[in-house]
Amino acid sequence: MRDGRPPGFYALAAVFGLFVLFLYGPMVTIIVLSFQGPTGGLTFPLHGVSTHWFVRLWDGLGVVDIWAAFGRSLRLGVVVMGLTVVISLLAGYAFRRGFRGAGVVFYTAVASLIVPSIIVSLGIGVQFRLLDAAIQWTAERLGLAGLTETFTTSAGTFTSGLGAHLTWTLPFGLLIMFAVFNRFDPSYEEAARDLGATPWQTFRHVVLPLIAPSLVGIGLFGFTLSWDEAARSSQALGSDQNTLPLELTGLTTTVTNPEIYALGTVTTTVSLAVIGASLLLVRTLRRRQARGR
Amino acid sequence: MSGGRAGTAVLPRPASVPVTAVAAWRRRLTSGAAAPYWQVAPLALVFAFFFVLPLAVTVVVSGWRYNEYSMTPAVVGDNYAAVFSGCLSELPGLCLTFKTYLSTLKFCALAWLLTLVLGFTVAYFLAFHVRSVTVQMALFLVCTIPFWTSNVIRMISWVPLLGRNGLVNSVLLATGAVPQPVTWLLFSDFSVVLAFVHLYTMFMIVPIFNSMSRIDHALLEAARDAGASGWQALWNVVVPLSRPGIVIGSIFVVTVVMGDYVTIGVMGGQQIASIGKVIQVQLSYLQFPLAAANAVVLLVAVLMVIAAMTRLVDVRKEL
Repeated sequence: MRDGRPPGFYALAAVFGLFVLFLYGPMVTIIVLSFQGPTGGLTFPLHGVSTHWFVRLWDGLGVVDIWAAFGRSLRLGVVVMGLTVVISLLAGYAFRRGFRGAGVVFYTAVASLIVPSIIVSLGIGVQFRLLDAAIQWTAERLGLAGLTETFTTSAGTFTSGLGAHLTWTLPFGLLIMFAVFNRFDPSYEEAARDLGATPWQTFRHVVLPLIAPSLVGIGLFGFTLSWDEAARSSQALGSDQNTLPLELTGLTTTVTNPEIYALGTVTTTVSLAVIGASLLLVRTLRRRQARGR
Repeated sequence: MSGGRAGTAVLPRPASVPVTAVAAWRRRLTSGAAAPYWQVAPLALVFAFFFVLPLAVTVVVSGWRYNEYSMTPAVVGDNYAAVFSGCLSELPGLCLTFKTYLSTLKFCALAWLLTLVLGFTVAYFLAFHVRSVTVQMALFLVCTIPFWTSNVIRMISWVPLLGRNGLVNSVLLATGAVPQPVTWLLFSDFSVVLAFVHLYTMFMIVPIFNSMSRIDHALLEAARDAGASGWQALWNVVVPLSRPGIVIGSIFVVTVVMGDYVTIGVMGGQQIASIGKVIQVQLSYLQFPLAAANAVVLLVAVLMVIAAMTRLVDVRKEL
């Protein structure tokens, strides 16, 4: 009570400290162990310090083409990020004005967040199988010999995979837009309108700068959730189209050396870089806003 | 608001300049009555095609016949009969499906209880004991950052700590606490629950913190002035007012654990059953209708849990 802290402060602070240790401790462990010496194994002690396992990783991991999966995940993440921001922003505007069926759309979005990923993944997987069958059937009926011979599947990273990821990222984006517009003061827009701004000008010069930090947040959710998504993609990607988290899940049962830690370190670095860049961007935007006032 | 002062500030558009068709069209597009409909259309279409339709397909396919090579459209209950085979005849013993649900329910209960207690404590500390908003946001961010990193990586990061030759066992052996390495630490029920708590406490902290940050601190002082002890104020003021956050967090944690197969797979050493795992294995054998039937049963179970929980709170008012 020395500095007037309420009772229980130090106990709670200790719990919080332990919780942070619990959150970050294991992650730090595998980052440290990824620099294991060439003779070292999956656990401590460290047999020297080296980048041996990163070099092995760089050369690929033999069986699976890990860098192809890496590139696929990166491209998909960027596309999902862009689409999540734009679609969520538009939908946020729509919900603000209100429209018939708003309740249905909202609860569908919440349901998409809550329905187990394996069910969504299964549904998308089967749906695209049936779609393939329908395309084959139609092509045969129309006598499109070229198509029947070359067509294999409509499922892929940027069809079924993209859709599966959006069902996971869009609910987060929409919820953030709700939070943004619930706190948004409409008098800024009214002022802009009174001064003769068109709706587009109001959006471009008044609303957008104010909500830009939140849009960066939505983008952050969009990229990171896609980059790390495993359960929802599992059945929804074409054959040999696995994303990095899926390859990683597979590797947990087969790889018995620190290569997997090196891979973990690399993916975590990508995540942290994106998080860091987003936070910096948010800060810059906030600063600029504060200066503008 | 704009009409009253029009005479002074806003000049009326001269009649001689016709409003071009494009401008009128653009205006209708951005502020007309139809605007919300095209604005929500992309979102609605994504959910229609990649969420609602797949669920409908799943329900339909669950009634189909199948063999090793193909599926045949039908409306039969065979797949559901297969899901629940032996569930009646084996009573009072449990059939495989009931056993799996019981095991999943056990993980749900444990994960829910632990994430709730831990999440509530952390949120309470952030909301009521950290005074500076900047520090509050910084600490909140510290809790959130792991959520944006890979779940699979966060799972395997327990291996060097809990394995047979892991850090925990080394310490236990060195101190003489145990004569030989403890084996239940990894690839066990324990490690599965630990991973759930590790991964999903975040789902509790955020909504509970959100509810708590709206509680007027004067209420706590009033409770204290009225003679309530710290615990009484916590139980009778903070907990009821945090209920919406608690319910939202609970829905997240319970549903995510109910459908999980990745965490149970990786942390259980692929040895522990779960409904999600059953579905995944059936899919790997291309038994789509059977997997679909299992998915429908799981979906019904999840919906029942959510229905029970949403009775307690209106999600939309809380954002």
